[in-house]
Amino acid sequence: MRVAGKGLLDRARTVTFTFDGVHYTGFQGDTLASALLANDVRLVARSFKYHRPRGFLSAGSEEPNGLMTIASGAAQEPNVRATVQEIFPGLEAVSQNRWPSLGFDVLSVNDLAAPFFSAGFYYKTFMWPRAFWEKVYEPVIRRAAGLGALSGLNNGDKYEAAWAHCDLLVIGAGPAGLMTALVAARAGADVILADEDARMGGRLLAETHAIDGQSGHVWAATVLDELATMDNVRLMTRTTVTGAYDQGTYSALERVGHHTAKRAAGAPLETFWRIVAKQAVLAAGALERPVAFANNDRPGIMTAGAVRSYLNRWGVSPGKSVAIFGNNDDAHRTAHDLVTAGVHVAAVIDSRHDAPLSDMFDVRRGAQVCDSSGRKGLESITIRSVSGQDRLQVDCLAMSGGWNPSVHLACHMNGRPEWRADIAAFVPTPGMVPGLHSAGACNGVFSTAACLRDGAGAANRALDALGLKGAVPEMPEAEDANYNLTPLWAVPGKGRAWLDFQNDVTVKDVKQAASENFRSVEHMKRYTTQGMATDQGKNSNVNALAVLADATGRGIPETGTTTFRAPYSPVSIAAMGASGQGAGFAPQRYTTSHGASVARGAPMIEAGLWYRPSFFPTKGETNWRQSCDREVNMVRQAVGVCDVSTLGKIDIQGPGAAELLDFVYTGMFSTLKTGRARYGLMLREDGHVMDDGTTARLGDTHYLMTTTTAAAGEVMRHLEFAHQGLMPHLDVSFISVTEQWAQFAIAGPKSRELLDRLLDSPLNRDDWPFMACGAVTVQGIAARLFRISFSGEHAYELAVPARYGAALFDLLLERAGALGGGPYGMEALNVLRIEKGFITHAEIHGRVTPSDIGMGRMISAKKDCIGKTMSQRPGLTDKAREQLVGLKPTGAVKQLTSGAHLFSQEDAGVRVNGQGYVTSVAFSPTLGHMIGLGFLKNGPARHGEIIRMVDHLRGVETLCEVVNPVFFDPEGGRARG
Amino acid sequence: MRITCPICGERDRREFYYKGAAVALARPDPDAGPEVWDEYLHLRANPAGETRELWYHEAGCSAWLVVTRNTVTHAVLGAELAASVKGAGA
Amino acid sequence: MRFSGLRVLKEGLFGNKGWTPHWRDPEPNPEYDVVIIGGGGHGLSTAYYLAAEYGLSNVAVLEKGYIGGGNVGRNTTIVRANYFLQGNSEFYSHSMKLWEGLEQELNYNVMFSQRGVINLFHSDGQRDAFARRGNAMINQGDDAILLDREGVRTLVPYLDFDNVRFPVYGGLYHPRGGTARHDAVAWGYARGADQRGVHLIQNCEVTGIDIEGGTVRGVQTSRGAIRAKKVAMVVAGRSGQVAAMAGMRLPVESHVLQAFVTEGLKPVIDHVLSFGMGHFYISQSDKGGLVFGGDIDMYASYAARGNLPIVEHVMEAGMTLMPMIGKARVLRSWGGIMDMTPDGSPYIDKTGIDGLYVNCGWNYGGFKAVPGSGNCFAHLIATDRPHGAATRFRLDRMRTGVGIIDEEGTGAQHNLH
Repeated sequence: MRVAGKGLLDRARTVTFTFDGVHYTGFQGDTLASALLANDVRLVARSFKYHRPRGFLSAGSEEPNGLMTIASGAAQEPNVRATVQEIFPGLEAVSQNRWPSLGFDVLSVNDLAAPFFSAGFYYKTFMWPRAFWEKVYEPVIRRAAGLGALSGLNNGDKYEAAWAHCDLLVIGAGPAGLMTALVAARAGADVILADEDARMGGRLLAETHAIDGQSGHVWAATVLDELATMDNVRLMTRTTVTGAYDQGTYSALERVGHHTAKRAAGAPLETFWRIVAKQAVLAAGALERPVAFANNDRPGIMTAGAVRSYLNRWGVSPGKSVAIFGNNDDAHRTAHDLVTAGVHVAAVIDSRHDAPLSDMFDVRRGAQVCDSSGRKGLESITIRSVSGQDRLQVDCLAMSGGWNPSVHLACHMNGRPEWRADIAAFVPTPGMVPGLHSAGACNGVFSTAACLRDGAGAANRALDALGLKGAVPEMPEAEDANYNLTPLWAVPGKGRAWLDFQNDVTVKDVKQAASENFRSVEHMKRYTTQGMATDQGKNSNVNALAVLADATGRGIPETGTTTFRAPYSPVSIAAMGASGQGAGFAPQRYTTSHGASVARGAPMIEAGLWYRPSFFPTKGETNWRQSCDREVNMVRQAVGVCDVSTLGKIDIQGPGAAELLDFVYTGMFSTLKTGRARYGLMLREDGHVMDDGTTARLGDTHYLMTTTTAAAGEVMRHLEFAHQGLMPHLDVSFISVTEQWAQFAIAGPKSRELLDRLLDSPLNRDDWPFMACGAVTVQGIAARLFRISFSGEHAYELAVPARYGAALFDLLLERAGALGGGPYGMEALNVLRIEKGFITHAEIHGRVTPSDIGMGRMISAKKDCIGKTMSQRPGLTDKAREQLVGLKPTGAVKQLTSGAHLFSQEDAGVRVNGQGYVTSVAFSPTLGHMIGLGFLKNGPARHGEIIRMVDHLRGVETLCEVVNPVFFDPEGGRARG
Repeated sequence: MRITCPICGERDRREFYYKGAAVALARPDPDAGPEVWDEYLHLRANPAGETRELWYHEAGCSAWLVVTRNTVTHAVLGAELAASVKGAGA
Repeated sequence: MRFSGLRVLKEGLFGNKGWTPHWRDPEPNPEYDVVIIGGGGHGLSTAYYLAAEYGLSNVAVLEKGYIGGGNVGRNTTIVRANYFLQGNSEFYSHSMKLWEGLEQELNYNVMFSQRGVINLFHSDGQRDAFARRGNAMINQGDDAILLDREGVRTLVPYLDFDNVRFPVYGGLYHPRGGTARHDAVAWGYARGADQRGVHLIQNCEVTGIDIEGGTVRGVQTSRGAIRAKKVAMVVAGRSGQVAAMAGMRLPVESHVLQAFVTEGLKPVIDHVLSFGMGHFYISQSDKGGLVFGGDIDMYASYAARGNLPIVEHVMEAGMTLMPMIGKARVLRSWGGIMDMTPDGSPYIDKTGIDGLYVNCGWNYGGFKAVPGSGNCFAHLIATDRPHGAATRFRLDRMRTGVGIIDEEGTGAQHNLH
């Protein structure tokens, strides 16, 4: 119910929303939780395992019960904590994990069968019959499990990832964080102050303490006003710092658009921040822990601090008659605030015999709440004291077992927190995250005044580290009460006492785990699922390990904690993967002929990060094979043009260039004449083939290397390593010029004719033998020409500065067309090279040696090179290795398939008989049948043998003859001629 | 994770390529024998603690670096140009 | 105690008070026939098979923390036998067969779920490479189906088939692959070993290996010296340190691999999916969380935690392939220490020291190997001969180059596999 005169809401602005289809009204500034409680809605969810009715336990992001699905369609968002979801007009919320309705949930029968669902029961059953796991048990378990549902539709919202840098990141804007930010900002530090809440102030918004005689929230607003005017301060609300990473990198999630129906144009729903901070202060506050007692999970039972938050910040009392159950002085504040606000307080039940008494409310010292009743909401509690048991009719119980500092971020880099017995809680061990200081409640400092002092102290430690001079401001006057507490983890007695509310883990489960020898805290966690729910144990872990410590006869510090892991609170995949959706996952690289190729109807396919044309269909062609065959014939008979710009091009210059190339290639490049190119084979140091390509000598100290499209980056790294890491004395430099030059293959018997007409001066026959290279001009543009061939035809590659690429491509096609030629795509290129037995990464797949591909003799005996020594290991020179062969179908079946395996004719197609495999196949229009390349044990010695190709997957078996991998023009006369 | 490149200054880890232990700088003679080459290419001290390793500032200045780093804490203790390290040792 | 549905009912009726410890916590004896260093999945299964198949029960497993606390308790739970190179093929096939009878063998429900693994391909070249792999799987006697794009769409219609950066051309489907409840695998083997007399000794860190004249004599531990006729190292990411105690250097570099789980969701992903272009794989746990991961962080690490570049890369891969998972929230991330080798394949071998055996180098594929690894390692320890399914996991293969098992084809750089 709403309480008059309380809350930091704009009561002039009402907001209408729905929950499970029912319309409700709240105020601007309400969360979904506060608005529902204001409307007396207490049952909001069902638990995971037993489908127990549940209400809100907390008022913050740690909420384990009040998870809902927001919106519908592609915008549907499951598992939203209603305690942080701000309401806006038209908000639609739906309850989860119940069927058919929240009020009547069929699976609540699980609760009746709870004795059979004890900790780890599923490890002990569902084993018979074996096939039933996938068919019966697992489907039933899966359907029952899970919380909310994804829509199944592609994400349609915008998410962003962003960077921020600062001197000091302050995490949390409660009293400690505000003071830290203020001191640091005044000292000139570049400060980011981030808080997960929509409004900064932390507990100051939820408590009634005064600072300097004014309300805490007014003081907070004053500080924030000052910070907002400073250029060196950035205030980030609705921003949860979720993880601490190495060298001062923090992740943070900003919820930009979840609080409104109308996002600003272009604004994302969420932004994932990587914040690089030289120093950081953790001022994340503390979370109150419940007390375990029988049936402590009914709607209406929540933490005492949450009751104060709802009352003081949102003007809501979660009940009409409230009892408070605690073990510390702080809990009494709840009673004080409720009574002051006119809400009936039935009693304060304090487990301590020396609890302070009050003249405002009834305090029952040395008493404990030992049970509760109320099917879908709290109706009464049972109190046990020395004088016996009695029942109290209440509809809300505020409980407090003390406060747990939010040490999480400080532990993200494997640190273990320290146990402080005086506050019965873990606090950060200093130095666990380099550069991160803790301040305030997360540091085990609980009074407002102490938090302010601690914040100033942390600011000064950070400023010292930054080399800035801080000043200690005059401390405002504030509440400085002691936090007196006597630990109380679980009230003894019968019945199920909940620890982990969402996962339905009880005190009994933890004790059972211990009795089954799951005594390590990690074992207990994993066996019972304690702490594995969406709150990651924020509400329950310390209580559970206290119960475990008790059950195993150890102390809490010896029992230890489980590991704290990022993220602090869950982060959407869409936010962390913001740039990945659709094409954003990887860069898209386009050649200069892309537009013209698309205009000609060429399907563009991925080649690494590039796109290349598959084939160029012409009129009447209905499938790719027709286009491909035509293009192959065109190259063999006339002239074809193909954009080869995607191949890596590395410009190598310097007096040491030749020596360096001799070191990275198996062959000699120092002897290469200027104006000539040579095929080069590059090995990894382990003796296997890394890449191949042609390298041209453009001048005495100037080479141009080409690499395969796929390996361009790897080769560049390799060259730089060979130079800087192994031969730094050489004077040589490398630069990638792949994108600076557009390069086109002009292949076919009419290629010279085309070039003679195209170039500004015709080619002198004697100057342009096979493998020649040099400068030419095209319509006045300086260009480079290489007489190299990947098709086996008389061919050239012509390179121009990339800005002329598109124009040159058009011109080449026009000239080729006049000669009966035209463009060819990747399919034809592949057929042409297979006909010639030229290899690609289908063959040099990382496991082959030079001799495997018939290039063993390319390793120069005159010099050392990278990979030479290791290529001579016994296993790499074994004659029985699989080596490159050509394959030609000889039987009734004419089909070859890549990925098929090879067997001797008489052998069964099983692993132990394996003789090799097929890497590349094509229908050769030149030869009129299918051809293939593959690797066969001792292959070169087996030319002429008939072997069996078996492709189980595609159901193909073909007899084939082992042949020379060069199917066409083995003498190479066409390329040289 | 951030590494201070001696040429470019402090940069995010995603600008760098990692190769492995800095022993890769000490390439053996071709005829040093299989044990020595096995050590060079395969066997690793693999320390839990401080180690020297090769990183390449691929999205930066293209310098190969010898980075001294702790494999347990991820503390980066320094970075030198591989060419200088190699030059000094050669 | 034998577990069964009936037992669960009976104990439930009597307040679940009759359950007994899964395993004992014995004090270490002064001497054992075999001491196994490492109480992870591989160490526990080794102990189990030593006792179950070779009658060796005077065995201790020494674990410096709690059993099952290493990578077996920190992975993405995938089980598959989809390798294509000799050495791996027969081994993972063997391991798969052991998985298929594991619940009954151990009397423990490890929830092995053969929901099928789909490896997507995104180009003709990848298709051919997967065809070679699939044919190798069938040659080995395992199962594989080559799916075209429509075949993939039928099984997993929720992928983005229209806007993905690397379009789905098809997939290699391995129906017998799936997932298992990782912790239960460790606990099941631990319980089985314990029942057969093996001593599981937790909180017992090995600090030294005693070697005399080239023969192992025992180990020094945080709980005193323990003599042993045979000592077996099975310590995954910590292999470098333990081997150093025996004066050995291994072809292993330790790296961190991160993985992630989301909040619980109603069933939405029914298979294990792998997206080759993005180093991304995902499945949904029975509890409802999406469990997924990607590549290693790529730098040597013992921190068991990683950094944001890979976190983001994994999420981006998920978003391009299946943007319907965007609104799932990551609940927890973690990191494991991976013992990466120069060819990406493991070692199960003797060492140069008599009585000292090594099992390591599982890279980031160790979970599915747990039954096979323990089974083959137990054979080696008990008989001094390699098991038929693990003859190629030799420690010297990189030096000689004989039988290198480089599935990725990336060569002798540990982090590239």
